[in-house]
Amino acid sequence: MPAADEAVLGRRGAIVRALSAIVSGEGVIAGEREMRPYESDGLTAYRQLPMVVVLPETTEQVARVLAYCHAEGLKVVPRGAGTSLSGGALPLADGVLLGMAKFSRIREIDFDNRVAVVEPGVTNLAITRAVEHMGFYYAPDPSSQIACTIGGNVAENSGGVHCLKYGMTTNNVLGCEMVLMTGEVVRLGGKHLDAGGYDLIGIVTGSEGLLGVVTEVTVRILKKPECARAVLVGFASSQDAGECVSKVIGAGIIPGGMEMMDRPAIHAVEQFVHAGYPLDIEALLIVELDGPQAEVDHLIARVAEIAKSCRASTLKVSTSEDERLLFWAGRKAAFPAVGRISPDYYCMDGTIPRAKLPLVLKRVRELSEQYGLAVANVFHAGDGNLHPLILYDANKPGELERCEAFGAEILKLCVEVGGVLTGEHGVGIEKRDLMPAMFSQADLDHQQRLKCAFDDKGLLNPGKVFPTLHRCAELGRMHVHAGRVAFPDIPRF
Amino acid sequence: MADTLKARDAKDVEAAVQWAVAESKALEVVGHGSKRALGRPAQFDATLDLSDLSGVTLYEPEELVLSARAGTPIAEVEALVASKGQELAFEPMDYGPLLGGPTGRGTIGGVIAANLSGPRRLKAGAARDHFLGFSAISGRGETFKSGGRVVKNVTGYDLCKLMAGSWGTLAAMTDVTVKTLPRAEAEATVLVVGLEDARAVEAMAAATACTCDVSGAAHLPAGVAVASIHVPATRAVTALRLEGVAPSVDHRQQTLQALMKPFGEVALLTGAQSRDLWRGIRDVLPFAVTAPAGRRAVWRISTAPGNGAKVGHAIAVKADVELMYDWAGGLIWAALLPSDDGGAAPVRAAVAAFGGHATLIRAPAAVRAAVAVFEPQEGPLAALTRRVKEGFDPMGVLGPGRMWAGV
Repeated sequence: MPAADEAVLGRRGAIVRALSAIVSGEGVIAGEREMRPYESDGLTAYRQLPMVVVLPETTEQVARVLAYCHAEGLKVVPRGAGTSLSGGALPLADGVLLGMAKFSRIREIDFDNRVAVVEPGVTNLAITRAVEHMGFYYAPDPSSQIACTIGGNVAENSGGVHCLKYGMTTNNVLGCEMVLMTGEVVRLGGKHLDAGGYDLIGIVTGSEGLLGVVTEVTVRILKKPECARAVLVGFASSQDAGECVSKVIGAGIIPGGMEMMDRPAIHAVEQFVHAGYPLDIEALLIVELDGPQAEVDHLIARVAEIAKSCRASTLKVSTSEDERLLFWAGRKAAFPAVGRISPDYYCMDGTIPRAKLPLVLKRVRELSEQYGLAVANVFHAGDGNLHPLILYDANKPGELERCEAFGAEILKLCVEVGGVLTGEHGVGIEKRDLMPAMFSQADLDHQQRLKCAFDDKGLLNPGKVFPTLHRCAELGRMHVHAGRVAFPDIPRF
Repeated sequence: MADTLKARDAKDVEAAVQWAVAESKALEVVGHGSKRALGRPAQFDATLDLSDLSGVTLYEPEELVLSARAGTPIAEVEALVASKGQELAFEPMDYGPLLGGPTGRGTIGGVIAANLSGPRRLKAGAARDHFLGFSAISGRGETFKSGGRVVKNVTGYDLCKLMAGSWGTLAAMTDVTVKTLPRAEAEATVLVVGLEDARAVEAMAAATACTCDVSGAAHLPAGVAVASIHVPATRAVTALRLEGVAPSVDHRQQTLQALMKPFGEVALLTGAQSRDLWRGIRDVLPFAVTAPAGRRAVWRISTAPGNGAKVGHAIAVKADVELMYDWAGGLIWAALLPSDDGGAAPVRAAVAAFGGHATLIRAPAAVRAAVAVFEPQEGPLAALTRRVKEGFDPMGVLGPGRMWAGV
């Protein structure tokens, strides 16, 4: 992280007073003990107390806080529920932690336009809870959906198990109100389907809190499908399971969810929740179809046939809602189940072309032996998003470092086979230094120039996403290639 | 007559932009030039023609992914994916009929740069939602890339979104990767006949809020007809499309017909008739240059679906306008009698009152030079847009002034 600015820390008293004048009462937290809950997010290996925590309640307060910090040159780290798995909300010692938890109201539910207008501190699941009495739901469903907020979802472009069919956050957000680092307030999009001008809301979604602070979000809500059924299929090899996934999609079927687990994950889960998963298999696949009853019944039969043709060793089709939920119970408990069998685990998040799965799993097993750390794999098979869970013990000297090195190898492997470093957890601080594995300097410079357009002083969430921070003036400089232009060779008409 | 630089490869594109930077020249980036008449008629020193950057470089149907050079004809891409039972689910419209060009033209790069979509936008999104990765040369003359070939990717800023709908004003894309999806086995369209606009919007809201999974909801008021509908043009038609496996479409059309009965007389279109209707709606055939409304100025208005009829009405009380609605009312095509401002005053006033944005799609160059073509921006948002443009194209060499004067 960038080194703390001693001069800023020297002004701490005055800064706390100034912020208290903007957000009065309990909205400013400066005591060490009271700030402790904010020292870390879901990436608990990293901890840092912020200089001060501010919990604004209104857009105007956010605007005044940011304008003040901009004028004073103070760094700001925005935070939702703090469930980030990539350290996106890790505080800075000389930075203001801007907690958005008090923005927890649902402002409007508009069934006629099939949207909900909510404040960023509303949890993902609370949106569905607020509209389900009319048979609607909010589609993206990250596994932390009970706790994570929609503001954090926008920052991280969160996914979930239904992405293949229903998209990620970016495909389900229509508008937002956002405060820039200068304190200026802009509105992007609205209840209409396409925002005008440059697609800035598309850029803000997934920007990991580096471009602005979202104070209101308009999301699409969808009618809940008439029904859902799932098939639980066991395979003797991950190749067979991978082939089945490809054949389902090749047959023109886009399941609502398609999840795979490998042997270590299956065993950990079965011991924990007793979902009735077979234990004598190498890979388990859950394929869920949702939609009108007639469609689901038709397609589930086709999926079952495909699975059999791929040498499925066990196959069960859910015949009731309870049975479908039982199939999922294991998958949904996969992370805590692994947490039970190991003192610590580290969750990776690469995406790969689906067909590369057997190759990647084989390499991961080899790396696992090389590093002497066990690994369990959970895979969003439909969209190629792989979550290897590396088992380690943070109390054993050197094991965390070895685990991180192993994780980095896996992510580089993902890029090598045509995939990417992160599918849904974000870069944060965790994968920041791996960015050059995927991007050239010119690629990163263009991203950072966008950052400069939003935040010219680089005060919002610095130290995240980019391996090196360049000053905007430096990035803005033009290199004119006069004299060595190959232009005369281009055909002219 | 401005020079045309016909790039043979990405290196040529880089060289051309570097030349423009060094010589302070303004470049117009084109593929087939099929949407050239759209936007502000800005002055360019040279045209950078990317149509020779052509060819699909990767297509893996089971991975649902296709990569192509930016100048690849969209017709070639669509034919290729159709041969594998797939499609570009965002259903990109063809501006040919509306702008008076030939049909079936345009490149995959142009489709993305204009963020095209079609009636299925309602369900499947626009080009932006299916655009996975690209390589491009920014206005700095530097080659850069973003995204990848996988659907689920949050590595770094999502520059794909920024490129989609930027009309070639930030970077010249040379290679693009898009998501492909299986094409539906069957389709059917439930028609409701004789509804007023406001009632039609209610019917479309009811249809999109049921479990029928409607993949198109459009309303053609009386007098606005697509030739393939076998309903007299004297009666309004509200069309609701269902797609999927045959048993599912059959089941849903029955449910939907029952749901629509209280709104009015119901009819059913299937197969080719249904496909022709939606192609006509997608390409706005009622306002094509060859149609009776062919001389009118055409606006594209995006608003909250529930406000569709209100926006339409607000324009109609002030101007002679023909309207058609897509996206359950969220997309309005408005054809106004030719005038000096192309009808900007009533259109902008209606959008200001009900929210959304409007783009002047068709009007003589003099009109497009006189009024804002894209929705005008103000205050911090306008300044932010300007800074984004300057970040990618500080010298203003890529399509300067095409979207907004001075940007």
